[in-house]
Amino acid sequence: MAEAHPVGFQWVMEAKARGATVIHVDPRFTRTSALADTFVPLRVGTDIAFLGGVINYVLQNGLDFREYVVAYTNAAVIVSDDYQDTEDLDGLFSGFDPATRTYDPASWQYAGRDSAQDGDDQDHVVQRETASALQHETHGIGVESDPPRDETLQHPRCVYQILKRHFARYTPELVSQTCGVSTEAFLEVARAFTENSGRDRTTALVYSVGWTQHSVGVQYIRTGAILQLLLGNMGRPGGGIMALRGHASIQGSTDIPTLFNLLPGYLPMPTAGVDDSLDDWLDGISHPGSKGYWANARAYGVNLLKAYWGDAATAENDFCFDYLPRITGDHGTYRTVLDMIDGKVKGYFLLGQNPAVGSAHGKAQRLGMANLDFLVVRDLFEIESATFWKNSPEVETGEIVPQECRTEVFLMPAASHVEKEGTFTQTQRMLQWREKAVEPPGDCRSELWFFYHLGRLIRERLAGSTAERDRPLLDLAWDYPMLGDTDDPDAEAVLMEINGYDVATRRPLSSFTEMKADGSTLGGCWIYTGVFADGVNQAARRTPGSEQSYVAPEWGWAWPANRRTLYNRASADPQGRPWSERKAYVWWDASRGAAGEWTGHDVPDFEVTKPPSYRAPAGSDGVEAIEGVDPFIMQGDGKGSLFVPKGLIDGPLPTHYEPVESPFRNPIHGQQANPTRKEYSRPANRLNPSPPEPHAEVFPYVFTTSRLTEHHTAGGMSRYVGRLAELQPEMFVEVSPELAAERGLQNGGWCHVVTARAAVEGRVLVTDRLSPLRVEGRVIHQVWLPYHWGTGGMVTGDSANDLFGISLDPNVLIQESKAGTCDVLPGRRPTGRDLLAFVEGYQRRSGVHDDHARPIVTVGPGAQAPDDGDETPDPAGGT
Amino acid sequence: MGIGDGLSRTFLSWPVVRQVTGADPLGRGPAARSAHTDGLTARTETADRVARSVCPYCAVGCGQLVYVKDEQVVQIEGDPDSPVSRGRLCPKGSASKNLVTSPLRQTTVRYRAPFGTEWEDLELDVAMEMIADRVVKARDDTWQELDDDKTVRRTLGIASLGGATLDNEENYLIKKLFTAMGAIQIENQARI
Repeated sequence: MAEAHPVGFQWVMEAKARGATVIHVDPRFTRTSALADTFVPLRVGTDIAFLGGVINYVLQNGLDFREYVVAYTNAAVIVSDDYQDTEDLDGLFSGFDPATRTYDPASWQYAGRDSAQDGDDQDHVVQRETASALQHETHGIGVESDPPRDETLQHPRCVYQILKRHFARYTPELVSQTCGVSTEAFLEVARAFTENSGRDRTTALVYSVGWTQHSVGVQYIRTGAILQLLLGNMGRPGGGIMALRGHASIQGSTDIPTLFNLLPGYLPMPTAGVDDSLDDWLDGISHPGSKGYWANARAYGVNLLKAYWGDAATAENDFCFDYLPRITGDHGTYRTVLDMIDGKVKGYFLLGQNPAVGSAHGKAQRLGMANLDFLVVRDLFEIESATFWKNSPEVETGEIVPQECRTEVFLMPAASHVEKEGTFTQTQRMLQWREKAVEPPGDCRSELWFFYHLGRLIRERLAGSTAERDRPLLDLAWDYPMLGDTDDPDAEAVLMEINGYDVATRRPLSSFTEMKADGSTLGGCWIYTGVFADGVNQAARRTPGSEQSYVAPEWGWAWPANRRTLYNRASADPQGRPWSERKAYVWWDASRGAAGEWTGHDVPDFEVTKPPSYRAPAGSDGVEAIEGVDPFIMQGDGKGSLFVPKGLIDGPLPTHYEPVESPFRNPIHGQQANPTRKEYSRPANRLNPSPPEPHAEVFPYVFTTSRLTEHHTAGGMSRYVGRLAELQPEMFVEVSPELAAERGLQNGGWCHVVTARAAVEGRVLVTDRLSPLRVEGRVIHQVWLPYHWGTGGMVTGDSANDLFGISLDPNVLIQESKAGTCDVLPGRRPTGRDLLAFVEGYQRRSGVHDDHARPIVTVGPGAQAPDDGDETPDPAGGT
Repeated sequence: MGIGDGLSRTFLSWPVVRQVTGADPLGRGPAARSAHTDGLTARTETADRVARSVCPYCAVGCGQLVYVKDEQVVQIEGDPDSPVSRGRLCPKGSASKNLVTSPLRQTTVRYRAPFGTEWEDLELDVAMEMIADRVVKARDDTWQELDDDKTVRRTLGIASLGGATLDNEENYLIKKLFTAMGAIQIENQARI
């Protein structure tokens, strides 16, 4: 955090100054470690084992925050008789089909649930393809609102007991053996975590892509969530799980998504054959019978369609629902890049993104771009993704020949953040409006300008068309006020459309509760409604921090409804009183209003006048069914999910799987790696072998990557900037003194790192920031690389992301690019054709040179069968 | 002006002389000042205006003050009012004036024709027309009405990547236009 989010880290130091204990768990000693009370180095890819050990410590010693756990989580809920755990099936859960490598989750359901009800919303093959599983996360799991419970937590099939059995194996000794951490260091962390949780104290977990970029990344965060729920650290000040995101508005681009499976406000893109009508689509979101605010999905969906298609969207035509294109499978960025290599994609837009350096498997990225009709790159600088045809590594090896590369490239200069106005949403969901300081130079333009005028030009070309397919473009509400000499659309008018307004009066909506399902209001992103409350741009508020409370509610605006901490009803006990005075945040005040109100330091994340004593009438659903003791108001049962009966492809509980590339056999279960992961097996994507496959010793070391303070991701905003290029001028590879001795590496000299995809060189940095770990009785060396360099900019170097192959988390289709195996050799790598031969030699020695189908399932029926992975059939059904 | 005048002025203007002979023995106040110092003015003071902005790098969201003189960015500093950052910026945020004024900024359109070996120049409006033509053609060429009898109304021929460094308003228009176009392979760093 001190390296990649240094200014945010000031608050960690502030907490430390007030007595907080700071623990840093990381493969490598960093600036964060230097300032922490305790630094625990661990083996890359073993975080679930580590956190699972802490969960086991909590459960074996009865250290959970029992009153919180019983009242606010699903610990008491009784699960189906048919459920079988990884403990029973050696690393698999019940319902596994080795042919598709997916689960039928019927046996994971709560007891008494009619599994027939689960029907078609539970097809995990479709869910994995469409990254739709986690829609249940944002939409609340669609469980029934009143499942059977045992509040003594003694029932053998209650969630609490299942959890206890599931994690019983994660003893301090097993953690030590798996993670390479001493039992003493592990127990110190477990003790600190539990001693700093409870009524009077809270513990926060902070993570970044070191948790997400894994084939089991979602379950990393789930493990953190289980621990934080058990210890009562959710919805409370100083608690939570903080995702430190790495781009100025990556949160915003998730909320108002440029993502294939989502529409604004986490509404799902409709799936062909499932969401055939407006009603099908909306019922799939609202889960009739469940609790919570998703019950109002009809209003959110209709308001989006009205914002898109304006007057053309009427109740009679289902508000133009049929204008939405349908998804049928995996349309994620990695699938799309492979489709480029296969010649299926004609045009590609890159908008402030540099996949030639920043995405996993750089060669696949560049070969894909070299096989397009046209590529539009919009950026501040001449980045590698714009110049792959003239100076990429593949030009050097002869794999791309400029005179034979047909891709037409438009490099369109972009306006910088000070040359346009608009909002970024930062990592804690807060929108901040930026004022425009100056006009952009020359031909530089904002994306707002580019896309508005591109749309205008396309619509001009189609004007008069009678083709049905052109109606969505011609009927599009595409009319924004223009500003300045360059005809820039008015960003504030766009923000107003996002916020929503009454169609007849154009009165801005102040809350999504004002959205109507009859077409009389429109709003482009329901969770952002309120950013223009009272007609005021709330994101532009700038009351100084020194003039308001520590929650700082008058600086910017946070979704939803300016709440700064989500689920903050949980900061009070079931009766509505603060758990302790020290941790008071939001509470019920019986003396306020007509019959009491929720109040506190933050906007209550609860209906303000609904008392803690409220119990839902029989048969109710939606908001009415949320009881006074249900803080998790977006969940189908109002409770925090220790156990997840639906919504996750790889199981209802996290379990340790090895990274796809690992030198070790899984020490916990027979199933080696995530059996449900998404894997594209093709010659262009060869993966290093791992046990139980032979030849893993060809790649004996573990490597990982992360950022330097002085650079930003793929370098497009730092290698072209003098000061930053000067501060970190050269690609390097960090190794321990022990590994340097083993491989004959000289500090300051050259070395190269090799995988089945590439060889990458850099200067050697011998440092005890990395130390060998003892894992499963033998020593393992870990290698660390920054990933900022490429062929462009003021300082150039090899790209670490070229080393990674493509294997994806099954829930969200994010790649495993924080854990891989490699070899390390002294000196510079071969160049030109020799480089290809060099890498092919490694492929041959490791046995992955031919069209190699690897075993993915390693236990149970179908174990060790070669698996071709998930090359998706052509969605068009053609060639 | 004689040589002696110059010497004595030079000698007497040494800060250490003022420090020893004056009322500032620690040399942290007036003794450290010179005529040159007095002649300096911070760019932040002479700026024509200040825009309130936000750092464009990571997602912490540090406040920035952008100082403008003669329609040029002359300085970017941390905003002390921000409850997020309290005026601080990291090395990247501190370099953001360098980012926006970098001599490597691309300010004209560059065009690489199929099979070309060098960049060519192109007028902005010509480039826009060409891109619009290509989008319409790619969409027509790859339009898919049905997939296994199911209506899909889309194109798999046009893809996009990017958005995490852009504004919400921009992402909103990007998704709106591509969706109306039937393009669905619209992705950004949040998938990465």
